[in-house]
Amino acid sequence: MSKTITVGIADLNAVRSPDVLVTYALGSCAGICLYDSATKIAGLAHILLPSSSMSRNMDLKEAMKFADTGIVLLVKKMEGMGAHRANLKAKIAGGAQMFAFKSASSDLGNIGARNVQSVKQTLAQLHIPIIAEDTGKDYGRTVFFYGENGAMKVKSVKKGEWVY
Amino acid sequence: MAIRALDELNEIQIDVLREIGNIGSGNAATALSAMLMHPINIAVPKIRILDYNDVVEALGGPETMIVGLMLMMEDDVQGMLMFLLEQEFADVTLSALMGEGYGSVAEMDEMCQSAIQEIGNIMAGSYVNAISEMADLQINISVPSVCVDMAGAILSVPAIHYANIGDKVIFIEDEFNRNGQESSSHVLMIPDVDSLKKIMTNLGIEV
Repeated sequence: MSKTITVGIADLNAVRSPDVLVTYALGSCAGICLYDSATKIAGLAHILLPSSSMSRNMDLKEAMKFADTGIVLLVKKMEGMGAHRANLKAKIAGGAQMFAFKSASSDLGNIGARNVQSVKQTLAQLHIPIIAEDTGKDYGRTVFFYGENGAMKVKSVKKGEWVY
Repeated sequence: MAIRALDELNEIQIDVLREIGNIGSGNAATALSAMLMHPINIAVPKIRILDYNDVVEALGGPETMIVGLMLMMEDDVQGMLMFLLEQEFADVTLSALMGEGYGSVAEMDEMCQSAIQEIGNIMAGSYVNAISEMADLQINISVPSVCVDMAGAILSVPAIHYANIGDKVIFIEDEFNRNGQESSSHVLMIPDVDSLKKIMTNLGIEV
């Protein structure tokens, strides 16, 4: 029997095979799935914003909001459970532009793209390769991540489902 | 006390927002009745200060399909207005407006899209007028953008944009009744903190 653990917004968690992680309805947020196939430990983070430099008062809860700090926390959590950083492979999803909105005064439009960019940068700094990606475009995604085999299933209401 | 975020509002200040919501919802019902040429009744709206997770739950959970309309407030008051229409509400209103057989909101064509935008415009005007009349402030609204998708994904947009002023929003729940058919729509009001102060000050409320 496997358990399914829900990861909320600005939240992260890790499980061992055969448990499953899920995060619902990523819009402009990004979901980062990390898997160590040797220990079968799977981790998922749901980040809201690209960079912790935007933070007003950094604490543990706040750190989970941002791509740069959230991913580092996820890696630490997985290492704490016995995963090895050198084994980690990443699959990423989300970062959509939900509204076609043009505004001179804000960067509302491309925040999804900036989230994805920051996720990629952070993973590169940690030397974690990205082996699958379903990002951008204009629709919401629910992400399931399976501890058993490291598969990422992306579900959308408009475009159906894929397994990566 | 200086307001830095919505969760620091006191009871009196929340009452003011409730009153704005009441008047705005009343205006919206009147405007919708005129647009649909049919009387629309509205129950007393529920107005709450909620965080995003609670808003998502109130809408039926993160994966509930919903029609989202996003507008920006500009001028004296800056911030975001977001209308979240249950699919049923959108369907009922659209079929009244465009006749049967317009398809469904889920696969919107351009006609449908602009009709929904117009509804958004009218409803946004109703709320914005409530603020500008009560507080004597000039407010302009942008053309609404439309998105039909999962509630959680739509709400990620204001959650991200206003992450720096906290995770609370003003949530107005309207129950409309047309020919005994109930349908609901929800409004999120997210004024920038400075604008909120301006509204309060103009109404003679201490901030």
